[in-house]
Amino acid sequence: MNKPFAITLNPGSSLANRTGSWRTERPVYVDRLPPCNNQCPAGEDIQGWLFHAESGNYEKAWQHLTKDNPFPAIMGRVCYHTCEGACNRAKLDEAVGINSVERFLGDEAIKRGWKLVVPTAETGKHILIVGAGPSGMSAAYHLRRLGHRVTVYEAGPMLGGMMRFGIPKYRLPRDVLDAEMQRVIDLGVEVKLNAKVDNILETMQTGKFDAAFLAVGAHIGKRATIPAGAVSKIVDAVSVLRSMEHEDKPMLGRRVVVYGGGNTAIDVARTAKRMGAEPIIVYRRTRDKMPAHDFEVEEALQEGVMIKWLSTIKHAGDSSITVEKMELDANGFPQPTGEFETLEADSVVLALGQDVDLGLLNGVPGLEVTDGVVKVDANMMTGHAGIFAGGDMVPTERNITVAVGHGKKAARHIDAWLKGEKYEAPAKHQLATFERLNTWYYSDAPKTVRPMLDVIRRQSTFEEVQGGLDETNALFEARRCLSCGNCFECDNCYGVCPDNAVIKLGPGKRFEFNYDYCKGCGLCVAECPCGAINMEPENI
Amino acid sequence: MSFQPVKFYQTGTFTVGNRLLEPDQRSVQANMERTNSLNSGHRACQGCGEALGARYAIDAAMHATNKQLIAANATGCLEVFSTPYPETSWQIPWIHSLFGNAAAVATGIAAAMKVKRKKGLVGDVRVVAQGGDGGTTDIGFGCLSGMFERNDDVLYICYDNGGYMNTGVQRSSATPPAARTATTMPVGPEPGNPFGQGKFVPAIAMAHEIPYVATATVADLRDLEHKVKKAMTFRGARYIHILVPCPLGWGAASRDTMKLSRLAKETGLFPVFEAQYGEITNSTKIRRLLPVEEYLRPQKRYAHLFGKTPAVETIARLQALADKNIRRYALLDKEAN
Repeated sequence: MNKPFAITLNPGSSLANRTGSWRTERPVYVDRLPPCNNQCPAGEDIQGWLFHAESGNYEKAWQHLTKDNPFPAIMGRVCYHTCEGACNRAKLDEAVGINSVERFLGDEAIKRGWKLVVPTAETGKHILIVGAGPSGMSAAYHLRRLGHRVTVYEAGPMLGGMMRFGIPKYRLPRDVLDAEMQRVIDLGVEVKLNAKVDNILETMQTGKFDAAFLAVGAHIGKRATIPAGAVSKIVDAVSVLRSMEHEDKPMLGRRVVVYGGGNTAIDVARTAKRMGAEPIIVYRRTRDKMPAHDFEVEEALQEGVMIKWLSTIKHAGDSSITVEKMELDANGFPQPTGEFETLEADSVVLALGQDVDLGLLNGVPGLEVTDGVVKVDANMMTGHAGIFAGGDMVPTERNITVAVGHGKKAARHIDAWLKGEKYEAPAKHQLATFERLNTWYYSDAPKTVRPMLDVIRRQSTFEEVQGGLDETNALFEARRCLSCGNCFECDNCYGVCPDNAVIKLGPGKRFEFNYDYCKGCGLCVAECPCGAINMEPENI
Repeated sequence: MSFQPVKFYQTGTFTVGNRLLEPDQRSVQANMERTNSLNSGHRACQGCGEALGARYAIDAAMHATNKQLIAANATGCLEVFSTPYPETSWQIPWIHSLFGNAAAVATGIAAAMKVKRKKGLVGDVRVVAQGGDGGTTDIGFGCLSGMFERNDDVLYICYDNGGYMNTGVQRSSATPPAARTATTMPVGPEPGNPFGQGKFVPAIAMAHEIPYVATATVADLRDLEHKVKKAMTFRGARYIHILVPCPLGWGAASRDTMKLSRLAKETGLFPVFEAQYGEITNSTKIRRLLPVEEYLRPQKRYAHLFGKTPAVETIARLQALADKNIRRYALLDKEAN
């Protein structure tokens, strides 16, 4: 090269200077476990399906969601969405309306007729499922997707279990329930209705089943011994709710006393209100001790349901009851005061919890029953090999989401057991905590409030109380997701690196570090909105 | 706000890019094809704000001029760390002459390009001059003022890190009050840079009534890119003053570069605005107003304010400066608050 005066070296690029050697710490891309996913009893990848919903690809979001839970329209109505309680956004403004977006996706799927993924290969195994409730139908779905033949035996005349016989219409319209049940059947799941299993081993043998999943639920209302007159009308809440599904509606009279403080007590009181009665809930403790969810108590109060706190029923007559006032002792337990009061009552509905009908398990060797529920191991298998159980009939928190989660978990273990293997759940990522986020980058956006039905119509009809989102506000709500701990391709790391040491791989492919030049300043870590980069010490 | 922000949840235009934005709404820096005018392998410290600011600004200028751009550079960190002989990090035509003459060199290039263009030898080649605060507010100030006064067709960009950093953190006329450097009072009742009359070159540039003056920080990329692109729509002298934190000179963690420039703006200590022909046309509003302490505390150059007996009065004087900026440049959004 012909060089100018006093120049001895050829010009070169600074790329020859590998500044990566300065580094004492290196940034590494990670995926962390968002708190919502961590919380979900059904094991949904919430952040994952919201990611697709954010771009308006609702079908892909729905497909992603239904990998874990086949019932988003049901969940979007009756799930107690503890995910929202764990949501990091709650520390910023308000939690993301995960439940409302889930319902939107579920309703969209029903409206547009989206189909679940059909299994590609058959395994030749046949599995018996007892009970067509949330747990049984969830297991049926997951086992069917794994290619197994599935037959569901249901004692009742319709599918849905507690979703139909325990949850009133105003919370879960029946066409929604039917649509999501039908979709599972469309995968090739066989169902036998009005087919009560009396002896599990016999049924398994006759039908040549390879394994069984029991999910019969807890349908027997607990009774309390209340001294009562001959003509007094005492019924249990489960029977009342169940009979709402039949032609013969329950005759409760005008003044209905509901005894108990759980969600079932609230459901039955609100149902009675809609039938023109004047329900009053009698509960022995205070509102903050009530097991029912606060928003349900609030909605019941709005509708005119009355609640008598700190009271127990001492005697039930033909048109009145006697209650005793209670007071809480130092440990928070109610103690009698000796003060009595008389309330008018045409009927008393007991909502004191439910028991499991374990009749079908008589004589099964190895099976253990403790406190009226069936013991299962970590794989959801009972003491009898090949018989698994889940939902309300095993020791657990009783709600639909937990039951759906049991169905999925059991399906995986049944599948592994049939192959003579053991299912190992993949290791969980580290939790994505709020402290890891750089919230500066998120736009201010308050939560979208779902419309509620007018109180007048809530008091007299069984129309659905809570409305849904439409396409525009569902998109808005989905985009409120902070994507905790998972890259959402905001390009911040790519932009803020003073050394061009971040390589952008293109849409959907995320990024890569160029460790030849990364000096380890940590700017990308500090400026990653969602905390998806970790700083790790370099081996020097 | 100097540009129309995209009201787009979840991150709108706060982040560098966003997979949900339309391609024309994305920043230059989000583009896989960005020029990377200042390439990897440069010898700036870890977390250097100036390296970042220079790439942001020059990439945007390259984008705006369709890569018809020449840069003249003053002596300073940027020149030293990017071009140790015989290497260069610059992927654009770039020249360095002396500490104080970047504006004059740029003027000359602009004149030469004008002649060449008239002869049909080149297209519309634009010129940028750039330097640190030392080369701009102190040593090169005469040449800069001359360039403004003649209204030469040059965009001058000053990367302000408040001192002569590569030679060992000496004070410049842009060193803020109370900040400690190697050449300010090390001991005594009031260490650090004295509270003077101040020398805020953006205001001096405005006094020259040149077509366009703007300030920006590296923490607000969208705002910065918008201003560089807008500057390129004008002919004549233009000036952009970018606050670039210096982890070394400020005694801050290298990972805090963005955070500090964000805090400088959010406390009001560094006003972000734009002006045309001597009049302010726009100021970028503070999003979440914070007391100056939030900005001062993480920096060791202010550590003497937070000793056993905190320098309450000095902090109050700095707060007063911030409050004055907020009033003078209307940094609070009256409607939003």
